[in-house]
Formats: sequence, structure tokens, C-alpha cells
Amino acid sequence: MAGIPHDHYEPKSSGEKWLHKRLPIVGLLYDTLMIPTPKNLNWMWIWGIVLTFCLALQIVTGIVLAMHYTPHVNEAFASVEHIMRNVNGGYMLRYLHSNGASLFFLAVYLHIFRGLYYGSYKAPREVTWIIGMIIYLAMMGTAFMGYVLPWGQMSFWGATVITGLFGAIPGIGESIQTWLLGGPSVDNATLTRFFSLHYLLPFVIAGLVILHIWAFHTTGNNNPTGVEVRRTSKEEAEKDTLSFWPYFVIKDLFALALIMVVFFAVVGFMPNYLGHPDNYIEANALATPAHIVPEWYFLPFYAILRAFDNTVWIVQLTTFITGGIIDAKFFGVLAMFGAIAVMALAPWLDTSTVRSGRYRPMFKWWFALLVVDFIVLMWVGAMPAEGIYPVIALIASTYWFAYFLVILPLLGVLEKPTERPETIEADFAASHPPKSGTAGTVPGAAANPAE
Amino acid sequence: MLKKLSLAVAMTTGLVTGAHAAGGAGEVTNYDFSFEGPFGTFDEAQLQRGLQVYTEVCSACHGLRYVPFRTLTDLGYSEEQVRAYAAQFEVYDEIEEDFREAAPTDHFPMSQLENAPDLSLMAKARAGFHGPYGTGLNQLFKGMGGAEYIASLNTGYTGGEKEEAGVFLYENTAYGGYLAMAQQLYDDGIEYADGTPATIEQQAKDVAAFLMWTAEPKLVDRKQVGFLAVFFLSVLSVLLYLTNKRIWANVKNKD
Repeated sequence: MAGIPHDHYEPKSSGEKWLHKRLPIVGLLYDTLMIPTPKNLNWMWIWGIVLTFCLALQIVTGIVLAMHYTPHVNEAFASVEHIMRNVNGGYMLRYLHSNGASLFFLAVYLHIFRGLYYGSYKAPREVTWIIGMIIYLAMMGTAFMGYVLPWGQMSFWGATVITGLFGAIPGIGESIQTWLLGGPSVDNATLTRFFSLHYLLPFVIAGLVILHIWAFHTTGNNNPTGVEVRRTSKEEAEKDTLSFWPYFVIKDLFALALIMVVFFAVVGFMPNYLGHPDNYIEANALATPAHIVPEWYFLPFYAILRAFDNTVWIVQLTTFITGGIIDAKFFGVLAMFGAIAVMALAPWLDTSTVRSGRYRPMFKWWFALLVVDFIVLMWVGAMPAEGIYPVIALIASTYWFAYFLVILPLLGVLEKPTERPETIEADFAASHPPKSGTAGTVPGAAANPAE
Repeated sequence: MLKKLSLAVAMTTGLVTGAHAAGGAGEVTNYDFSFEGPFGTFDEAQLQRGLQVYTEVCSACHGLRYVPFRTLTDLGYSEEQVRAYAAQFEVYDEIEEDFREAAPTDHFPMSQLENAPDLSLMAKARAGFHGPYGTGLNQLFKGMGGAEYIASLNTGYTGGEKEEAGVFLYENTAYGGYLAMAQQLYDDGIEYADGTPATIEQQAKDVAAFLMWTAEPKLVDRKQVGFLAVFFLSVLSVLLYLTNKRIWANVKNKD
């Protein structure tokens, strides 16, 4: 792999040489595991490993669940209860899988916001960012279809609402909706195709994850300073980096173990806390739930979808200009997908030459507001669309778009960045000064190796 | 120790049919149950009393279609007792094409009335009051869930009645409006086999605990797995923390 100069795998034994000539797979694994990694990465750089773990967890538990699940409208709900009651450890499999989705999204949001703050999306990492956004979309599709499989009330009505979004597309919308559902409404054909795709997409995601890793291994990791690793010589590069194994593997595993403590506490003691109780009522096409609410991880974008109703002037204006082709419903759909699209376009919308938010005094505050905005959107998405809530949703949605479309482009021009460290080595040395008055080894260090 | 709490009960009309006024904000009492908290377990005697309430009162209309009779051994009954209990129900045998006595391998019958929802999962399906203000904090800190709701519903009748479209509806504070089910539990309405005084509240709590068991029969197993996992992962975390610190020590000038 191109990029940071470092030692490559050299086959030593004759067996290794034999294999290496025919398939350099050991070399590939070695170079992947020993990749030079900026030594100043902070604790926000652990989410990649957590996400990889989540994908593996979901695939493993999902494959076993699929052995016991029946994708049929008459039996799906009962088969989930069969898993919960009769399958050995089935209750753990299912709760790990359903809460695993929540952990997956929690990690992906922290991962994305890490990237947004430290400018990880900027050149030369645009491809990594775009692949990441595609992974995120695929995750949303997978999670949405997986939520339909238990065939509870929220499964059914969530599927009805979300596929209805495609029906809002002018002209061809209804045909697309019918094609997605396999019929005029959510029914057995919908369930079977969602099951099939829910099984397929995680493997697509796994492939995309490999591309994602390949891309950033080519450019090298970003880091909290946003300053590039020096590449002029191996000696200089080694001053800025450490090999991924063991330094970052152990660090990431420690973080993962801590997160697993919390995760297993949730699974063991409150596995239904993040789910909607209505999904323990079997799907019934004749009884609509009072409030149809998606899972928590969809709420911010659900709030944006609902925010633009036909009382908003920009919606009215658009409807008027397009002669009614873009009505309020379609506008909402465009806004929801647009919210993700503007995020994907961040590499080109952000005009600042400085990567890391650490050295951007104005950006910091706008970014903090974006985080608050995201949480507000999540909360308001769970509230009924009445009273003050639509107003809050509209303001919050507006800020989301304003951040990417107005604030990021303008800040690059208006803002005066603070001084950045020359090198990663300098940044690292500044936060880890050598012990005063010591040259070489400290006596007593061996007596207390754990410190 | 009871704490009266005003909660926004996000009632879903669900299977209770839409004939009545939509439920508004109800009041759910935070009853204490033995199965709450990380170490909570089911109280066998309470589950047995709850089964008695279910059998003598609820089962007239409601069903437990996802619960097999054989699992009643979890409540401390012997296999003979379970066989005898199952035999009082009749199930339709698809092979014999006729009704026969239920065996332990059969499930409880389905609901007898069209508008009486199945109770198997009710304790999880009615845990929907994510108060206050939709933050879910009451569930998190007070451990409130569907069992509290079921107990509150059965003690929450005010005696108010109204007739709507030829159907009688009954006022209930937990429901936060009028619902189709009339009050079913009365003081000494049943006589407990273990001699516990059968107050309305006692019966309501017992049947709520029983329905928590029907909804989540593996609750105790799950908490044990959770406890073990949390314990061992904590140990692993400490080991990894120390390993990590040791590995980075020379890099961070701390050796």
C-alpha cells in the first residue's frame, strides 16, 4: 500500500516464501495490522473497531436467528416468541441482535461526528468519507428492514409509513412503492423480500467496510491535529506514528471491553428499554397505533421529514414554482434524504484549509451547536407532530441544512485559525512531556510495572 | 411503599378496538415487584397466586396463546400438577379434527372474546409510558414497566360508566379514560390457595407479576447472563487497561 513509508512483510522461511510468491495474503494481513498510525489519536478514534465488532456481532447472531425465524405473516411473530421461549439462549440472541443495532448506530453517529469535528472528510480522504456515507445508508436500510421482521405493530406501520415515502415521488412514486412492497400494501411479499435483503445487505456492508479501510489505509489516518504524518523518510514517519499492533489494537480492545460492559448491562437488565412496546403486539392492518414512531436512531431524520409541512413558506413557494409537482409530502422526503446528502458533500462544502476543529475558534461553536441540534432533532422526532413540536423541528432542521450549506462554506473565509503544531511528534510531545530531571530509565519503574 | 406518579400514558388503542374514547394521560402507580432491579427474581408464591387469578378471572375472556403449559413447572409445580392443570382446558386437535383435553405440550387457549387481547406479552406491550416528557427516565430509574401498568389498570376503576354506541365503557384512572373491560377484581373475589388475603390490590399485583412471567419467562436467566457478562467484562477491562498502560508507558515518557 502506498502512503506512509514503513517496513513491509518479508517472508523468511521457505514455506512463507513459497506462499508469498503465489498469494501474498500474509503480507496483506501483516501490512494491514502493522500500518503506521498517528500516535496522537485520542479516544474518539476507537469507534471504527467498535463498529467492526458490531457488524460481526449482528452477522453472527443474525445467522443463528435466521435458523429459527419463519418469514411468513402468519408465523413471523410466533416464531420470534419461539426464539424467546424455546430456543436455547434464544432470548440472548434476539436481545443482543436488537440492542446490537442500537450500539451500531450509537457508534456510527459518534464516528461520523468525530469525522465532522476533526475534518476527517477533507482531502485526501473524500473517498473514505463517501464510502462511509454509503455504509451508513446501507445500515439504515438494513436496520429498517430488520425491524419489520418481528411483524409487530410498529414493524408493520413503520414499513407502511417509510415505503409510503417513495410513493410521494411524483409520477413514478406509486409504481416504485408497489415494486418495493411486492403488492399494493405491506403483506407477505413485503416480509419475505425484506427478510432476504436484511440477510444480504450486511455482507454488502462488510464489502464496503473493506473498501473504507483500504481507502484510509491508503491516505493514512487523520488525527486530532489534522496535521499529516511526515512521509519524506521512514525515520521521520516513525517519529509521528506507531504501528497499529499492539498500540492501537490493545487501546481499542480496552475501549471495546468497557463499552461491552455497558452493552451487556443493557441487554441483561433492560433489553426492551430502547424498543417500542407496541412491537409486542402482533401486526394488525386494521388497528393503527396512536403514534407511529421509528427506532431512536432514525428519529433525527424522521423529524426532518415531518418538519416541512405545507404551512412552511419555502414548501409553499416550491410547490408554487414547480406547479405542484413538489408537494409538501415530496418536499419532506427530499429534505430527509437531502439532510444526509449535504453531510456527504461536506468535503466540498467546507472551504477551510484547516482540518481539525481544534484550531478553528468559530467552527468549534457552530459544531457544538450541530451536536445539540442533532439531539434536539432526535427528541422532537419522538414527539407527536402537534403544538410547539413542529416549530422546534423546523428550526432544528433549518440549522442542520444551514450548518452544511451556509456555515461551513462561509467559515473558511471568515475564520482566522489558531496556530497548529508543526508535526504530530510535536503535538504528542507537548501533551506527554518527559519526566523532569530524568534522563534514561527511572529507578523503581520495574518494581511497579503496572503504572 | 407506593409512590403515586402522574405519567403520560401513551396508550395505544391496539386490540381494545376503537369504540371507546382514545386513552389520554393515565396514572400509573409505581408498585414494587420482586423481579425489579438487576438482582430481582420472580416470587414463586406470587406467580402461583397470579396464575390462580388468571385462571379464575382473566381466562374467561383472555388467552395466553404463546405460553405452553409445560413451562408452568417454572412456577414450582410438579409435572403431575401441570398435567392436571392443563387437563381443565380444551384445545382443538388438528390431527384428530376434534376438541380434546389439553396436554402439557399444548399452549394456553386463545382469547375467548374478539376484543379481549391476548395477555401473553401484555406486560411488555403496555410498558409504553416513556415519561416524563418522553425521556424514559421513569423506566430507567424507577424500573416502571408493563407490570405496574397492569396492576394499576386493575385497581384503577372509579366506578364511572357510560354507554357509547350500545357498548358500556368503564372509567379507569390508569387508562386515563373509559375502556371496554369492566372491573374484574373484587375483595375476596377469589380465595387464594395459600391463604393470602385476596384484596383487590393483592390480586392485581399477583396477576401483574404472573403476566410479567408469561411475557418474559427467561427474565431471571437473562439477568444472570447479564450479571456474569458484566462481571467478566469488567475484569477483562481492567486487564486490558493495565496492558494498555504498560504498552504505552515508554511512548508517553512514563517508564
